[in-house]
Amino acid sequence: MKQAWLTVLKRDLLQAYRRRSDIATTLFFFVIVSSLFPLGIGPEPAVLSSIAPGVLWVAALLAGMISLSRMFAADFSDGSLEQLLLAPQPLAVLVTAKILAHWLVCGLPVVLLAPLIGLQYALPNEALWVLVYSLLLGTPTLSLIGAIGAALTLGVRGSGLLVALLVLPLYIPTLIFGAGAVATSQHGMSAEAHLSLLAAVSLLSLVLAPVATAAALRISVE
Amino acid sequence: MHMNWFKFSSPATFYPLAGKLVPWFFWLATLLALVGLYVSFALAPTDFQQGEAYRIIFVHVPAAWMSMFIYVVMAGWAAMGLALNARLSAMMAQALAPTGAMFTLLALVTGSLWGKPMWGTWWVWDARLTSELILLFLYLGFMALQSSIDDPRRADRAGALLALVGVVNVPIIYFSVKWWNTLHQGSTINMGVAPKMAATMLLGMLLMALAFWMYSIAVSLLRVRCIMLERERSSDWVKALTAKGAK
Amino acid sequence: MLKAQGLACVRGDRLLFKDLSFAIDAGSLLYVLGENGSGKSSLLRMLCGLLLPEQGEVLWADKPIKANAEQYLANLKYLGHLNGLKDDLSALENLQMGARLSGQEVTEASALAALNAIGIARCAHLPARVLSQGQKRRVALAALWLSASPLWILDEPFAALDVQATEVLAARIGEHLAGGGMAIITSHQDVPIKAKSTFTVSLSA
Repeated sequence: MKQAWLTVLKRDLLQAYRRRSDIATTLFFFVIVSSLFPLGIGPEPAVLSSIAPGVLWVAALLAGMISLSRMFAADFSDGSLEQLLLAPQPLAVLVTAKILAHWLVCGLPVVLLAPLIGLQYALPNEALWVLVYSLLLGTPTLSLIGAIGAALTLGVRGSGLLVALLVLPLYIPTLIFGAGAVATSQHGMSAEAHLSLLAAVSLLSLVLAPVATAAALRISVE
Repeated sequence: MHMNWFKFSSPATFYPLAGKLVPWFFWLATLLALVGLYVSFALAPTDFQQGEAYRIIFVHVPAAWMSMFIYVVMAGWAAMGLALNARLSAMMAQALAPTGAMFTLLALVTGSLWGKPMWGTWWVWDARLTSELILLFLYLGFMALQSSIDDPRRADRAGALLALVGVVNVPIIYFSVKWWNTLHQGSTINMGVAPKMAATMLLGMLLMALAFWMYSIAVSLLRVRCIMLERERSSDWVKALTAKGAK
Repeated sequence: MLKAQGLACVRGDRLLFKDLSFAIDAGSLLYVLGENGSGKSSLLRMLCGLLLPEQGEVLWADKPIKANAEQYLANLKYLGHLNGLKDDLSALENLQMGARLSGQEVTEASALAALNAIGIARCAHLPARVLSQGQKRRVALAALWLSASPLWILDEPFAALDVQATEVLAARIGEHLAGGGMAIITSHQDVPIKAKSTFTVSLSA
């Protein structure tokens, strides 16, 4: 089972490596969205720093979301999804490899880049660290929950917009706890409560989302 | 084509039964609504703080109750449809969604109408209103997914899975929104829980809730009948039915 | 070994087939015949467990395939209309990773030998993106030279192949059957395959 799991992970990472421009697209999107806000709102550092947690988190959320359709769509159209379903291993476990690959390719780069954008928003050092922690804890949840939406909308017309409608409401707890963590640390309070809740949501989705995604894939492949 | 598609119940027998039940539920709904409105608008005392404007909660609170209740019932039908491969359950889930969305919208509209005299604005990011808004998104997502999948079996199963994922998430979303609201110090007036809930007020709310409930049953039975006819148009019993109607 | 009992298939609101029952044992070949749209591919997908039957069930070693899916899938090699190749990976990588996914360890040498057997070894290091339809099909079919699964379910394996490749593939399927394997095949071409016993199932539209 370990071998099959590693194979799925390796295959997805290898493909992503050969199409490096895709990673750049997600990152670029994140940077552009978060750079639009100062242009729309004004360069006042106090204002920017007060909206920074929410803006950066929403931008990360959207960046994760636009790349969701890639998670299974190619596999669905070239037939490798069928082969994945027919592998003699539990599908829910193999699916975690695909989700991990998606997070490594689309989530992790955003986490690493976020502090730089945070600097542009005049976030204090303390808050920058909390931003990284919160994204590190929260973005895997985005990939996990997003996988369910991506699997449900496979091969459906207008799936790009549909997946947003399905997945964004489910992202709300992550957004609230994630952005909340950064905001509390900005006000000089401990972000521990927020971060623990964020971790709890991540754990819960780690347990439930792969099972739901596997079920959704079976439904969509029929 | 005699196939045991419906392990739970056959549409050929359910269709006429539902047809007989619909008027009864509509009458019950009308009766309960009339009594409920009388109790809430004539008998219930005027609130000493909020005046007459508070009376909108007799619509708002039952609508909010129904919006959440229907989502849970919908998820229940969906789960049953998924577990037993019973199409009738899936059709019930599909039939309930628009009613649930309608009550959610009603709760939102009445909430904002109530907010205007209370807070002076049409919208406040109060925990309850925000949760209702998110619930509306969940309903819309369910309906959008179902309507964009052509194959009815896949639409049923995909919708059912989404409803289950939603119902697991609803408490988490509700908790997170409450947490967010207390953190950002929202309104001080707590909607729905009047300072002193008089017995007549509670009665009015309960009567309205019952009326909404009966209405939901009637409307979803009506809708499930339409869904059945559409889905089963090539089956013997629908052909027999339409032939009879044509005569 | 593989048994179908009273299968029925509905797509949309069309009944494709019902009350379909058959059984095959070691060494036998089953042809599924029928026009386009008669439900051949649906039947094969049903036998794999990708499609739930509207009625009836599929049994492997007298146990429903749903109940012990993993054991059944370890015995199954399915090739559908789609080749399951990743555009950005080379033919060799595709073949090796595909085999590993189904639980086999495959060396580069044996993968190359498989590609060679179906006459596509010279494309081994090219990305699948640049291959033609027929070449892609051959890469997907090369997996049959690596497969140790007793049950092969192949949807139109001969489509897009030239005469020579068709012969080679037919010989490989014959070899598989002679070794006690089973095969279920749909095909529009009339390709002779040597088998201990051959059955047909005809689906009418």
